[in-house]
Amino acid sequence: MTVTTEIGKPRARKEDARLVTGQTMWTDNIQLPGMLHVCYVRSPMAHARIRSVDVSAARSAPGVIAAFSGADFAAEQGSLPCAWPVTPDIVIPAHPPMATDEVRYVGEIVACVVARDHYAAADALEKIDVDYEPLPAVLDMEAALAEGSPQVHEAGNKCYEWVFANGDLDAAFGDAPVVIERTYRQQRLIPCAIEPRAVVCEPVGDEFTLWTSTQIPHVVRFLAAAILGIPEHKLRVVAPDVGGGFGSKLQVTAEEFLALLIARKVGRPVKWTESRSEGNLAVHHGRDQIQRIKLAAGSDGRLRGLSVDLLADMGAYLMIITPGTPLLGAFLYNSIYKMDAYSFKCTGVFSTKTPTDAYRGAGRPEATFAIEHAMDDLAAELGVDPLALRQRNWITHSEFPFTTIAGLTYDSGNYEAATAKAVELFGYDDLRKEQAARRESGDQVQLGIGISTFAEACGWAPSRILGSLAYGAGGWEHAAIRMLPTGKVEVVTGTSPHGQGHETAWSQIVADQLGVPFEDIRVLHGDTQVAPKGYDTYGSRSAAVGGAAVVGACQKVVEKAKVIAAGLLEVAPEDLEWTPGRWSVRGDPEQGRTIGEISLATFAAHSLPDGVEPSLDSEATYDPENFSYPHGTHLCAVEVDTETGQVKIRSYVAVDDVGVVINPVIVEGQVHGGIAQGIAQALFEEAAYDADGNLLTVTLADYLVPSAADLPTIATDRTVTPATTNPLGVKGVGEAGAIAATPAVVDAVIDALRPLGVTDIEMPCTAERVWRAINAAKGGAR
Amino acid sequence: MTKVSMTIDGVRYDDDVEPRMLLVHYLREVAGRTGTPIGCDTSNCGACTVLLNGLSAKSCAVLAVQADGGEITTIQGLANGEWHPLQRTFHEEHALQCGYCTPGMIMAAVDLLRANPNPTEQEVREGLEGNLCRCTGYQNIVRAVLRAASEGAAS
Repeated sequence: MTVTTEIGKPRARKEDARLVTGQTMWTDNIQLPGMLHVCYVRSPMAHARIRSVDVSAARSAPGVIAAFSGADFAAEQGSLPCAWPVTPDIVIPAHPPMATDEVRYVGEIVACVVARDHYAAADALEKIDVDYEPLPAVLDMEAALAEGSPQVHEAGNKCYEWVFANGDLDAAFGDAPVVIERTYRQQRLIPCAIEPRAVVCEPVGDEFTLWTSTQIPHVVRFLAAAILGIPEHKLRVVAPDVGGGFGSKLQVTAEEFLALLIARKVGRPVKWTESRSEGNLAVHHGRDQIQRIKLAAGSDGRLRGLSVDLLADMGAYLMIITPGTPLLGAFLYNSIYKMDAYSFKCTGVFSTKTPTDAYRGAGRPEATFAIEHAMDDLAAELGVDPLALRQRNWITHSEFPFTTIAGLTYDSGNYEAATAKAVELFGYDDLRKEQAARRESGDQVQLGIGISTFAEACGWAPSRILGSLAYGAGGWEHAAIRMLPTGKVEVVTGTSPHGQGHETAWSQIVADQLGVPFEDIRVLHGDTQVAPKGYDTYGSRSAAVGGAAVVGACQKVVEKAKVIAAGLLEVAPEDLEWTPGRWSVRGDPEQGRTIGEISLATFAAHSLPDGVEPSLDSEATYDPENFSYPHGTHLCAVEVDTETGQVKIRSYVAVDDVGVVINPVIVEGQVHGGIAQGIAQALFEEAAYDADGNLLTVTLADYLVPSAADLPTIATDRTVTPATTNPLGVKGVGEAGAIAATPAVVDAVIDALRPLGVTDIEMPCTAERVWRAINAAKGGAR
Repeated sequence: MTKVSMTIDGVRYDDDVEPRMLLVHYLREVAGRTGTPIGCDTSNCGACTVLLNGLSAKSCAVLAVQADGGEITTIQGLANGEWHPLQRTFHEEHALQCGYCTPGMIMAAVDLLRANPNPTEQEVREGLEGNLCRCTGYQNIVRAVLRAASEGAAS
C-alpha cells in the first residue's frame, strides 16, 4: 500500500529561490572568455529576390570580427526541419537558415555581423548593403489559392489538403431540420514569452555546446546533428533557465543553426540575443485560420452532423510542426458532444508572413472556439438556453470510456459534475435573471454570459498514434533516479520546464514513491549531458508522460532495494514488505532497513547478495497507449457598454478536471495563466499586417499583451476524475485555460448583444469592433 | 567615453562608458548584475525595473550616464540577510512561474507599497500596469502584493 503524503500538497516551489533573488541563469546571462556577439540583418520586404549582399564594409567596421551573407553558408546550412509531413504530397519548401536567393517574410535573416560587443555588431549592420528586387506579397489565404495569384514558392501556394470523415454526412445533413453555417476567423497571434530568445554556442575542437532558450533541447540536438552533420555525441545542448515558452520555444530555429555555423567559422564562442521587435517578427506566430463550420441538428436540439473546412496560414515556410498544428484540432471539433457524422478538411496555405506553429493549445483552442461558438449560434437559432443545448448533447459520465465520432477514446470525465459546480459558483440563474432585466429595461450596459464546456486531448505522447499521423518522432518520456550514498536523491527527467515547476512536482512524486523527504530530492533537467534522453515539454505532456516515467524509475529502485535489503537482513526477498521509505520483515517490522540505509550499504557494497550489482540507480521510459482528456466548464459574464463598445469582464468561473492534482498551487497557476492568454485572444491581441506585408505589431506598444489592470480575478474550482491512461491519474493542465477561455469570453460578448442583432464579432473584440458590430446591426455603416 | 560612478546594491562602481549605453546594459554587462533582465526594447514590459535613488525606474529607459552619482537597488540587493517580504510573499503565493518578469515586478511592487502602503486590489493592478507577465494572469502577483502590504512590508 502506498500512503500518499506529498501528492496533492500545495508546496511552494523549489525553483523560486533563485528566481526571486535574481540568481537565475538565463541564456543571455552567459559570459564566456573571448565570446563574440552576433546581430542579424533581416529582410525589410515581405517578398523579394536578393540581387546581391555586400558585407565588405561591415567587415572593416570597428570591433567587427566577421560578417557573413547566405552565400557563406550555402554549402553547409541545409534546410530548417519540418518534422510533420502531414500528407504524402505536402509541399515542403527549402528553408535555409540564412536566405540566399529570395526572402519571403519581413524578418527573414539575410546577413550577420560578428563583433566584440553587441553595440559594435548593431552599428556595423548598417554597413551591410542588400539589393532587393521586390516581388508581390501574398497576404490573404483565399486570394492566395485563387488562379493567377502571385506565388510564395514555385510549387504554388497550397501546402497540403488533409481530410478526415466518419459517419454518414449526407444522412446527417440531408433532411436536418436545422443547419447553421458560419465562418469564424482565428486571428494571428504572437506568443510573447517575456524572455526574448537567446543562443550561446561554444566550439571546443570539433565539439560544441549550445545554450539556448528552448523548450526542446533534446530535439534541437537530434535535428542539428542530423541536418548540420555535427556528430550527435559531439553536440551538447543546454536549456538553462528559460523564461516562458507557450509553444514559441518548441522550435528548431535559424538562429540556433547559425550560432553553430558561425561559431565553427570563427572558432570562438558566440552569443545572439534578440530584441523584442526582432522577436515579434521572427519567433513563429500562432493560430491564423479561417474556419467554415456547418452544424446540423434535429428540432429537439440533438446534434446530427458537423462539417469543418479550414484554411490555415502556414506563413512563408514550414517550421517544426507548422502543418500539423491546425490538425491537432481535427479530432476535437466534436468536443464533448455526441453526433452521427463528422467531416474535417484543412488546407494549408503559404503566405509571405512569419511562419506559424504551435502556440499554447495549438489547434485545440481553435477547435474549441468554433464548436462552442457554433453551439451558441445553434441555441439562438433553436431558441433554447445554450447550457441546456450542451447538456442535451454531451457524453454522460456513465458512458466512459467513449469513442467519439472523431475516433479518439475519451477514458474518463464527468461533464455534469464540473458544470454543476461551475453553475453554482457562477450564480448562473441569477445572472440570467439580471440579463433579462437589463434587456427589458434597455440598459445601456448589457450583460452577456459565455459558456465553454470543453474537453481537450493532451499528454502528447502515444508514439504509435503519432506515427499513424505521419508525425516525425515518438512521444515517450524518460526518467532516471540516482540514489546518493547519503540517502539524497537525484531525479533526471527528459522533460524541460520553463516555468511549470517540474523541480517541485517531480520531487513530490518521488517523495511518495521512495518515502524520502521532499527536501532531499533534486530534479535535473534541460541539459543533454545531464539528462541525455527525452522528448521535452509541450502539449501538456510533462506530468502525464514524464511524471509517469519518474514513477516507473522509482518502482525499479524500490525493487532493487528489496533484494539488497533481504541480503542485509538475511531473509528472503518475499518475506519483506514495503512501507514508504523502508523495507521490513513481514510480521517483524522492527527488522528493516530504510531506503537511505540500503543506499549507503549499496555504496559500500560489502555484503550484497551474490550476482547483485552495487547500484540502486534505475531508469524508465514511458509511452502511454492513449492521450489524456482534461475537461471543464468555464463561465464568463461580461458587461458591454452599447454606446462605446467597451467590454468589461464582470466574473469568470473555471471548474477544471485535470485528473489527480500533484500540486494544487501549481495547477491553479497554470489555469490562471492559460485563461489570461485565452482572454488576450478574445479581447486584446492580434498580429496585424499592412497591405505590403509589414508587421504592424512589432513592439509591445502595438501588440497588446494584457496587464494586471486589464484582467479579472478568476474563481477556480476542480472536480477530480482520475485519468486511466497513466499510473498517476493526471491529465495535464498547461493548455486547458487557453483552450477554454476564448469562446467563453467572445460568446459572452455576443450573448450580450444578440437582442440587438449582433451574431458575430471578429477577434479581438476591441471596443471599436464591438461598437462597429452594434452599429452595423442597427443598420449603420460598419 | 564618459566616466560614471554609482552605487549598485551597496557597492561603489566607477567606469568609463559610452554615453549611449543604457543603464540596464551597464548593470548586466559592466557591473555583472545579471539579476535584472531585459524583456523588450520599448519600455513596455518592465522586466528591467530597478530602484534608482529609491524610486522605481525601467533601467532600459535610462542611460548609464543619467544614473551617475545615483544609488541603485536591483533584485540582487533587495534581501537584507533574509528575503524582503515581497520576495517571500511572491514565493508563498506562487506569484511567479518562469520568473523572468519577477525581478522587475518585485521592484515595481516595492515602490508601489512605498507610495501606497495599503493599496486596494484595483490600486495594485493599476500600479503594476507597466510590468507585463505572460505566465500567471497576475492573480497571484496581486495576492502577493496585497499580502505583503497587510503584513506591513512598507514599514
